[in-house]
Amino acid sequence: MDSDEFEPEIIAFLCNWCSYAGADLAGVSREQYPSNILNIRVMCSSRVSPEHVFESFQEGADGVLIAGCHPGDCHYIDGNYKTIRKTWLLKKMMDDMGIDPDRLRLEWVSSAEGGKFAKVMEEMTDEIKKMGPLELDGNDLSGEYDE
Amino acid sequence: MNKMKKDVLVVGGGISGVQSALDLADKGYEVVIVDKKPSIGGNMVKLDKTFPTDDCSICMSAPKMVEVSRHDNIELLTYSEVKDLHGSAGSFDVDIWRRTKYIDPNECTACGDCADVCPVSIPHEFEEGLSERSAIYVEYPQAVPLSYTIDYEHCVGCGACDAVCDADAIHFLEKSEKIEVEVGSIILATGFEMMKPKEMRDEYGYDKYDDVVTALEYERLLSSSGPTEGEVLKPSDGEKPEEIAWIQCVGSRCKQKGMPYCSRVCCMYATKEASITLKEDPDIDPYIHYMDMRTFGKDFQQYYDRAEEMGVTYKRGRPSRVYKMEKGKLAIEYEDTEEGVVETNEVDMVVLSSAIIPSEGNEELADMMGIEVDENGFFESKDILTAPMESTREGIYLAGCAQSPKDIPDSVAQGSGAAGKAIETLKGRVRKEEEEKAEERDITEEEPNIGVFVCHCGKNIANYLDVEEVMESVNDIPEVKYVADPMFACSEDAQKELKEAVEEHGLNRFVIAACSPRTHAELFEDTFEEIGLNRYLIEMANIRNQCSWVHSDEPEKATEKAKLLTKMAVSKAKRLAALHEHKIEVGDRSVVVGGGPAGMKTALSLADAGHDVTLIEKEEELGGKLNRLDKLFPSDIDAEELRKDLVRQIEDNNNITVMTSTKLEDVEGYVGNYEIELSSGETIESDTIILSTGFQEIDPPGFYHYGEEDGVMTQLELDEALAEDSLEEPENVVFINCVGALEEERPWCCRVGCGNSLKNAKAIKRKYPDSNVYVLYKEMRVFGKGEEEYYADVQEEDGVIFLRYSSDDKPVVERKDDRYHVKVHDNLLDDDVEIESDYVVLAMQLKGDPSTEKLQKMLKLSADPSGFFMEAHAKLRPLEFPSEGVYLAGGAQYPKNISDTLSQAEGAASKAEIPMMKGYTKSEAYIAEIDEDICSGCKMCISVCPYGAIDFDEEEEVAEMTDVLCKGCGSCASVCPSNAIKQKGFDDDQLSAMIKAALYDEVV
Repeated sequence: MDSDEFEPEIIAFLCNWCSYAGADLAGVSREQYPSNILNIRVMCSSRVSPEHVFESFQEGADGVLIAGCHPGDCHYIDGNYKTIRKTWLLKKMMDDMGIDPDRLRLEWVSSAEGGKFAKVMEEMTDEIKKMGPLELDGNDLSGEYDE
Repeated sequence: MNKMKKDVLVVGGGISGVQSALDLADKGYEVVIVDKKPSIGGNMVKLDKTFPTDDCSICMSAPKMVEVSRHDNIELLTYSEVKDLHGSAGSFDVDIWRRTKYIDPNECTACGDCADVCPVSIPHEFEEGLSERSAIYVEYPQAVPLSYTIDYEHCVGCGACDAVCDADAIHFLEKSEKIEVEVGSIILATGFEMMKPKEMRDEYGYDKYDDVVTALEYERLLSSSGPTEGEVLKPSDGEKPEEIAWIQCVGSRCKQKGMPYCSRVCCMYATKEASITLKEDPDIDPYIHYMDMRTFGKDFQQYYDRAEEMGVTYKRGRPSRVYKMEKGKLAIEYEDTEEGVVETNEVDMVVLSSAIIPSEGNEELADMMGIEVDENGFFESKDILTAPMESTREGIYLAGCAQSPKDIPDSVAQGSGAAGKAIETLKGRVRKEEEEKAEERDITEEEPNIGVFVCHCGKNIANYLDVEEVMESVNDIPEVKYVADPMFACSEDAQKELKEAVEEHGLNRFVIAACSPRTHAELFEDTFEEIGLNRYLIEMANIRNQCSWVHSDEPEKATEKAKLLTKMAVSKAKRLAALHEHKIEVGDRSVVVGGGPAGMKTALSLADAGHDVTLIEKEEELGGKLNRLDKLFPSDIDAEELRKDLVRQIEDNNNITVMTSTKLEDVEGYVGNYEIELSSGETIESDTIILSTGFQEIDPPGFYHYGEEDGVMTQLELDEALAEDSLEEPENVVFINCVGALEEERPWCCRVGCGNSLKNAKAIKRKYPDSNVYVLYKEMRVFGKGEEEYYADVQEEDGVIFLRYSSDDKPVVERKDDRYHVKVHDNLLDDDVEIESDYVVLAMQLKGDPSTEKLQKMLKLSADPSGFFMEAHAKLRPLEFPSEGVYLAGGAQYPKNISDTLSQAEGAASKAEIPMMKGYTKSEAYIAEIDEDICSGCKMCISVCPYGAIDFDEEEEVAEMTDVLCKGCGSCASVCPSNAIKQKGFDDDQLSAMIKAALYDEVV
C-alpha cells in the first residue's frame, strides 16, 4: 500500500444503548473495518451538540459520524428524532460554510447490527478518502467571536 | 450440597420471568431465577423486531437481562431445572439440579477462542437449526450470563478448548450439583414453544421441503445477527426468493390437527415479518394466507393497514395444501373465500405461523408442583377472569405464555402482576436493605492521579496489537502515576493489584484499556467503591471489541488506534468528577384515579400490601363499566357479582379512602411529593399516582339511526337491558360490530367488541331459545384464553348466525312498520341478505375517557389521537409513564377484557409499590445540571426534555431541573444556547478533551 495515501481522521459519536453496542458486536463477530474512526461514547445521540461536530472539524477531523438507535428505538423515547433535526440543520450550515455536508453522516445502528456498523465504517472511510482532507480555508468554526 | 434461602423462585428467564424477578428484587426481596438453557432471554431475544413499533428485540431485552445479572438481590441459576418441591405457601423447599457447564463463568472472558478450535458441529438451537454451533458455545453474542458452556452430550473430549483457553476457565472435573432452595412463593414463567408442524408434513410440507420454515425460523433469517445476517435467503439454495407466503393458524384454531385456541400473536408477527421483508427488499412479493385478521391491540390495525399499503397481499382462506411444482416453486392451494374459487399461489418460500404451545415439560413440572394444567397443557389459572395469575395452588403464581399465549406487553404486565401477587405469601419476611457502602474519599481538592491498565485479554488484545507500546504512550503523562498490563484486567488478581496501586500511588482515577464498558465497567466501578472511591472515577478505553478484534489484520494500525483510544480515555479521566445518585424519599400514599375494575383492583392490591390509598371516582358510585355490563366474556359470570365483591372488599379495607363524585383539578410535584387539588376543593398529598380512567363508546350521531330509534342500541345498552331483564322477547336480533371502527376516521380496533357481542348473542339465545341472533362483523377478533372456544360454541351449540361485511359495503338499516330491515352483503356467501329484526345492536368503537386531556396536561403525559394514554414503552413498560411516580392500568391504556385489566391492575400496583416499599427512589448519576446564573430563560431545554424534568421558574425566569425525573440523555445540554446545562459524566469539557486528544494524538 502506498504509505502516502491520505488516511482520514474521523470522529464517531455513538449512543450507549444501540450503536456503541453494535460496535461491540462487530468486534464479537470479528468484522474487519478500517481503523480511521475513533469512537466517543455518549448516552444518547441527542447529546451531540453542534459545537462537538464543529469542534471536531476545526481540530482536524475530516469526517464526523453520529450514530444512534433506529427511529422508534431510542432509549430516551425520542432523542434520535431530535438528532435527525439537528443533523439536517448542521448539514445546511456546513453547506453555507463551504464544507461538504457529506462529511457529516448520521446512521442508525442497532445493538444487533455488528455487520452494519462495520459496513458504515468502511463506506464512510472510503467516501472521506475520496473527498480528500478537509480544507477549512481559514474558516473559523470555533463559535468564538470578539464582542 | 448447596443450600440457599431466598424469598421467591422464578422458573423461566424469558421476558415475563425477568420482569417478575426485577420487580421483586427492586422491592428488596431475594429472588432466584432458574432457567434450563445456558442463558436467559427466552423466546423474545430470538425475535428480530417487535410489532407494532418495529423495535429491535435484542436491543431492548439486553439491558433488562444485564440488570438481572447485576442485581444484588437476584441469583441466576442457568442450565438448571427444578426437580422436586415440598412444603407449602410461605415455605417451599425446592430441589434444583444445576448441570455443569464445565466452565467457570467468573474466569471465562467470552473471547470465543475455544469455539474456534472445537471440532464438533451440530445444529444451533438458538438459530432454530439454521446454522451450526460447536460443542462449546454461547447461545448468542449478547447472552446473559456471558460465558461459554460445554455441551456434554456432544463434546468429544478432545481437550482442544482447554489448550487454547488462556483464562484457564475450563474445568472438566466440575460436577453438576443439587441445590436446595427455600422460598416463600414461586412464579412459573416457563414461556412457550412454537409447534414444529411435522405432523402436517403432507399438508404444508414442513420438514419435507427446505423452503418451508416456521415463523420463528424466519425471525432468525431476518435478524442481522442471525445465520444470514438479516438477508432473507432460501434455505435450500441460498438464493433470494421472489415471493414468500405466510400461512396463518397452522395448528391453531384447529381441533383436529392441533390446538383449538387462537395463538393470539401470529397475525401481527406475520404482518411484521412480511412488512420488514418488504422494507429490506422491495423486490420480494409477500403474501399472507389467513382466516381472520386479528390485529386487535393498540396500533395493531394501523400497522396492518400500513403493511397492506406497502404491498403485503392478504388472502383470506385457509390453504388446504402446499406442494412442490415441477419448475421448483411451491404451490399453495387455497380457497379464496372472498371469490369462492379454488386457487393456487406459486411462491419460493413458505412461512408457517404455527401454534404457540406450552413448553416441553410443563405437565411434569405441574405434577411436581401440585398444580393443574388446562386441556391444552398451559398452567391452569385459579380463575381465568378474576385470578389469571394465580395457579390452582396457593403460593404458586403464573406469568406470561406459560398461562396462555400472549404478546410481549401482556407478558410483561403479567410478570409485574405475578410479582405483586407473590408478595402476598411473603408476609412477615424481612426485606433486604441496600448495603451500606464504604465511606467515600472526597477527592475534590486532589489533583488527578491516574492509574492505567492495558489489558492483554489473554491473546485477544495482545496478539493483535502491541500492549507495551500502548502503555508507553501514556507512561510519561504527568497525571499518570501508574501503568500496568494485566493478563486479564477483570481477574480477581488484577482487582487486588488495582487496589494496591491506588493505595501505593495515591490514585484517584483509573483508566482501563480493555474491553467494553457496557459489559465490564461495573466490575471496576465496584472495585473502586470497595476502597472508598466514587465509582464514576473509572474510564474505559475499548481496545478489544472496537480495536484489536476489528483490526486484527492490521496490527500496526490497531496499535496506533489503541494508543489514541487510551489517550482519549486518559484525557477524559483527568476531568472526571465524583457523581452521586440523589435519593428522594417516597412515602406510603397512593392515589388511584378511576374506580372501575382496574382502579378498584389496583387500590385493593396496594392497600393489601399496607399502603395508604385514596380511590377517586368521578361518578356517584364505584364500578365503572361493571355497572353497565350484564355478564363478563368469556366466563359468563355476572358483572354485578364481581362489582359487589370488589366494592365489599374495598369497604372492608381500612387502608382505602373512597371519594366518589370527585375529579382531579390540578397536580403539582413529582414522585414522593404530589399535591393534588380535587374538585371538592380539598387538597391531598400522595407519593404515587395510578391512572385507571378507562374508556367510553364514541358518541357521534347517525350510526344506523342510533339515537332516533328505540330499538337501535349500543352493546352496553343491551347489556343494561339484559341485566335489568327489560328486553321484550325478540324473534330476530341483529348485531352490527365495528361501528365507527376500522375506517379512515377511526382506524383502530376496539379490542373488546367482538367478545362482548358473542357473549350477548349467547345470552339472548339462552334466554330466548326461539329467537335468531345475527352477528354482522368485519373481522372476528377473539384471541384470549378460552375465547376461540367460546366463539366455536356460540356458532355450533347456540346457532348464532355470522355474516361478514366489508368497510366499503356496510349494512343498511331501515325502519318498516315496527321492525328494522337490515340489508347486508354477506362476503362469505357472496350474497345479499335481508333480515327483519326487532332490535339492532351496535358494537360501538371505543375511545379514551374525556378526562384524558386534562390529566395529560396536569401530569405532563402523552395520549394518542384516540384518547388513550401513551405508556412509557409499547413493549417493555406497558404500565408506566416515562417519569417515575405515575402508572397506568386498564382501559385508560387501551380497552381490554376483565382478565387483562385485572392482570394490569396488579402489575401497575406492583410497579407503584417499588419506590413505596423501598421508601425512596434514586436519580440517575449522569443527570443534567442547570447553572441558573447563566440560563437565559429561553426554554429550549424544556421543549426537548422527554421526561418533563425541567420546569420554568417564572419569578427568576430560569429553567429548573427536577433531578429525580432526569434520565440523563443530555438532549437539553446539546440545545442550550448559553451552555448553561452540563450533562454530568458527558460534559462539554470532557467530550471536547476526547475530540482534541483523538485529533492531536496527545493527552490534553
